Amino acid sequence: MKRVSALTAFVLVAIATFGATPDMPRFRFENFTTANGLPDNHVFTVLVDGDRVWAGTENGLALYEEGKWKVFSPADGLAHRAVLSLALDKSTGDLWVGTMGGLSHISAGRIDTYTQLNSGLSNDVVYGVGVQGEYIWTATAAGASRLNKRTGEWSLFNERNAPMGEIWAYAVSPGADKVYFAVWGGGVLEYTLATGRWKDYTDPDGENELVLFKDQGLIHKITTSVSYVDNVLWVATYFGDSHYDGRNWHNFMVKDSGLPSNFTNQVKGLDATRAWFCTDKGLAYYDGVNWAVYRPALDTGRPEMYVRDATGTISPIAVDTAPAHNYILAVDFQGDDIWVATAKGLSRGIRQK
Amino acid sequence: MKLHSIRADHRSAAVAAALAVAVAFGFLAFTLSAKAKLDSEEARYLNPREMVLSLDGRRLYVMCEASDEVRVVDTTSEKVVQSVAVGHMPRGISLSPDGQQIFVANSWDDTVSVIDASALKVVQTLTTGFEPNSVVSDREGKTLYVANRLSSDISVIDLPSGQETKRLLAGRGASYLALSPDGKRLYCTHVYPHVGAHRTTPESEVTVIDTARQRVVERKPLHNVAGVFHIAFSADGKLGVAPQLRPKNLVPLAHVEHGWAFGDSLALFGDDIGGVVQVPIDELDRYFAMPFAAVITPDKTKLYVSSSGAESITVIDIPKMLTYVHAASGPIANDLSASANYVVARIPVGRNPKGLLLSGDGKRLYVANRLDDSITMIDTSNNVVVSLINLGGKQDMTSLRRGERIFYTARFAFQGQFSCANCHIDATFDGLQWDLEPDGFGVDIVDNRSIEDLSGTEPFKWNGGNPNMATECGPRTEKFFYRSQSYNSAELADLVTYIMALPLRPNRYRLPAGELTPAQERGKAIFERKLNKFGKAIPESNQCAYCHSGPKYTNQKLADVGSGKKTDRSPFIDVPQLTNVAYSGPYLHDGSARSMEEIWTIFNPNDTHGFTNDLTKDELNDLIEYLRTL
Repeated sequence: MKRVSALTAFVLVAIATFGATPDMPRFRFENFTTANGLPDNHVFTVLVDGDRVWAGTENGLALYEEGKWKVFSPADGLAHRAVLSLALDKSTGDLWVGTMGGLSHISAGRIDTYTQLNSGLSNDVVYGVGVQGEYIWTATAAGASRLNKRTGEWSLFNERNAPMGEIWAYAVSPGADKVYFAVWGGGVLEYTLATGRWKDYTDPDGENELVLFKDQGLIHKITTSVSYVDNVLWVATYFGDSHYDGRNWHNFMVKDSGLPSNFTNQVKGLDATRAWFCTDKGLAYYDGVNWAVYRPALDTGRPEMYVRDATGTISPIAVDTAPAHNYILAVDFQGDDIWVATAKGLSRGIRQK
Repeated sequence: MKLHSIRADHRSAAVAAALAVAVAFGFLAFTLSAKAKLDSEEARYLNPREMVLSLDGRRLYVMCEASDEVRVVDTTSEKVVQSVAVGHMPRGISLSPDGQQIFVANSWDDTVSVIDASALKVVQTLTTGFEPNSVVSDREGKTLYVANRLSSDISVIDLPSGQETKRLLAGRGASYLALSPDGKRLYCTHVYPHVGAHRTTPESEVTVIDTARQRVVERKPLHNVAGVFHIAFSADGKLGVAPQLRPKNLVPLAHVEHGWAFGDSLALFGDDIGGVVQVPIDELDRYFAMPFAAVITPDKTKLYVSSSGAESITVIDIPKMLTYVHAASGPIANDLSASANYVVARIPVGRNPKGLLLSGDGKRLYVANRLDDSITMIDTSNNVVVSLINLGGKQDMTSLRRGERIFYTARFAFQGQFSCANCHIDATFDGLQWDLEPDGFGVDIVDNRSIEDLSGTEPFKWNGGNPNMATECGPRTEKFFYRSQSYNSAELADLVTYIMALPLRPNRYRLPAGELTPAQERGKAIFERKLNKFGKAIPESNQCAYCHSGPKYTNQKLADVGSGKKTDRSPFIDVPQLTNVAYSGPYLHDGSARSMEEIWTIFNPNDTHGFTNDLTKDELNDLIEYLRTL
């Protein structure tokens, strides 16, 4: 009787456990490094353009096409070898490349470069770039710039004409009506196209290291990434992440979410409820309720995936592969697959289920 | 029943007769009206530049650049039967795939006129980029592509809505478009080379667009090329041809008699070629300046090229040319003996021949003689001129007209090597820096300046050495440029009259009512300021508006702004006018500043070219925004 009860209890627990585990995306990761064509293992950013994949590395821009890597360097006209940000003009297919030495425009193989010396670009360190119709927005170490492609006019935004207490603009996410900037130490800036006005969002409690009022505003003013999608703003900081629907803020931290770390390099929203988070301790996916984390285990380095459900229950998922490194810098999507930029290589996550 | 039928037939005949009379009367009225209209406009020269043929071959639509119209020629009677007014300075014309519409690119209005080919009326005006120069519809007639010379891009216009949907990046001075025979690719050339590193070989491209995706998919590199014009395709689509210029601007122009200032050549590409090959059309001691348009006969045996400066048509045997190209062991672009292997005839035509057009059967070649206001017809079976169509227009010969002809002809230069228009393409500039004087290699390098609206900008030359245009164009041209006897005094007077009358192109950076944007206003204040940001007076000679004063923004004096190079014989530079300065980069006297920004970010470290080092980056941007409005 005692043995039967133990077995029954085990079965019930097993059923409860497996039955409750959310069905989160699973991937088989293929990793690219210098060993198989990448120009550098430190991959700052990745961008998918149909069948082609662009990777911005510390030593050049790499294009993966038909199973081969092609590398663009300053010798080809690229502004700088360190490529920090990428944006695709979906209308023309042209690529805009933010580097440590200016902004490059790649169009059918031709590279034109804009720098703070030869153009109206505010600063050569271009952390973020985004395309909004005929405007090219950049987030630079000296504020924001906007290039009007049709007229060639550059408009700069900094402490003199925008609420930029800091001018270290780290990322930009343009939408049809608004443009958002992550300003490192300055929170989030919102620019409304129709009015040309700026609005700033900062940490309401003003505490750099503490969160006193969790959902009353931006989680922290040291922002690293913004993603504006479906009229919802996702924000990444080094102290947690935020979600803002125009009325309400919702913040995510390790202690009350499935984030593997509060230190987030990039957030990329899929829609108003789902997003991917690139942290220093792995890649996280949030489906609006549940979380999944993908990484090499922090202790053993073995491939690891786990799922956290709405109740906070964490369930490990057996996997054979993981992203190249747990320090994740960027992610992009290719159908159901994902491409992941890490500190030690680029990973392709091929969707299994 | 039968009677009824007969009566019915009678009625039908009567109606038909009445209709015939009405139609005849209507046609007569139409013709008289057209003639009256044409007569009333006789005071203008026409400058026919491009042509298209109606699908049935009965009407030739001739786009006239100077009279802002399309003249309609009946190809049977060879008479002008109608005129359709379009926008200002039309440069490009094409037909819709169904032949029902004619598109005209109005380069100074930044529009395309859509003409109903039946009614011969403009039914729609579409907005384009800056200075549209060529217009082509896709095969389906749903999308219009427009090459914009000043914005260096291609407008993609959705024809059903009339709205521009996107712009595609083209080469600098995007000007000519051609659709491949299968309609899958659109090709675009450009007349100014890319702005590259100072004193390097000019580079150009043929921009290739996938019409299904409306994206640029390839840029065919054209090495050592500045100035590419029309593109022609063989009917099978395997051979593409683009007339082009190969300048020798890195060596002193004093060496005209030793080689050439420009090589007149063709870029060949396509499956017949495999890559891009450049071939000359010049001969060892005779040049065929400013190759402009090209057409290929349907049977792909002959290629015709108009040489606008040489006033002739070059006829090339295509099989011979392909054989020669494939047999060549290396580049042949600079081998002037090569043309003897494939050029089979040169046909003299009218002045400044521009557009070429073949009849559908390839038996007739039409040539637009731009400065004769006429069309030459050539029988392609024997390459003989068979007819000359007078388009009308102003018949009196003025000094201005004579000067225009002199400007565009290469007959004054040694061996006919080049004309004024080689360096001043369509009376503008060429985007190149030249080593003009016989003072040694690399000494006194000068950027080519625009020649619009020159009155009140004297003296001329970057060193201010020529007090007037007669000096600039007279002995100097004869001695240093053409290396020939050059003009007599009457011809020189006509040329000066023409050049000094060249108008200013519309400025695209001013708002419609002439007001300034906030950024331009801020820039104007910087341009006119007398105090620096620290409240201290800026020396008069260091104020922008001191040297760049007056209606053309030049005080017409020499100044040392610190931009002189070791290779310059004097640091004193003529203060250039700033009108339309936005268009004429690169900048500084030697073209060393690739952009306006570089004038101050790189070449003004000591505040000698205006006091600017106290400006923030956004203030410098404001200053440039203002300069672009001048």
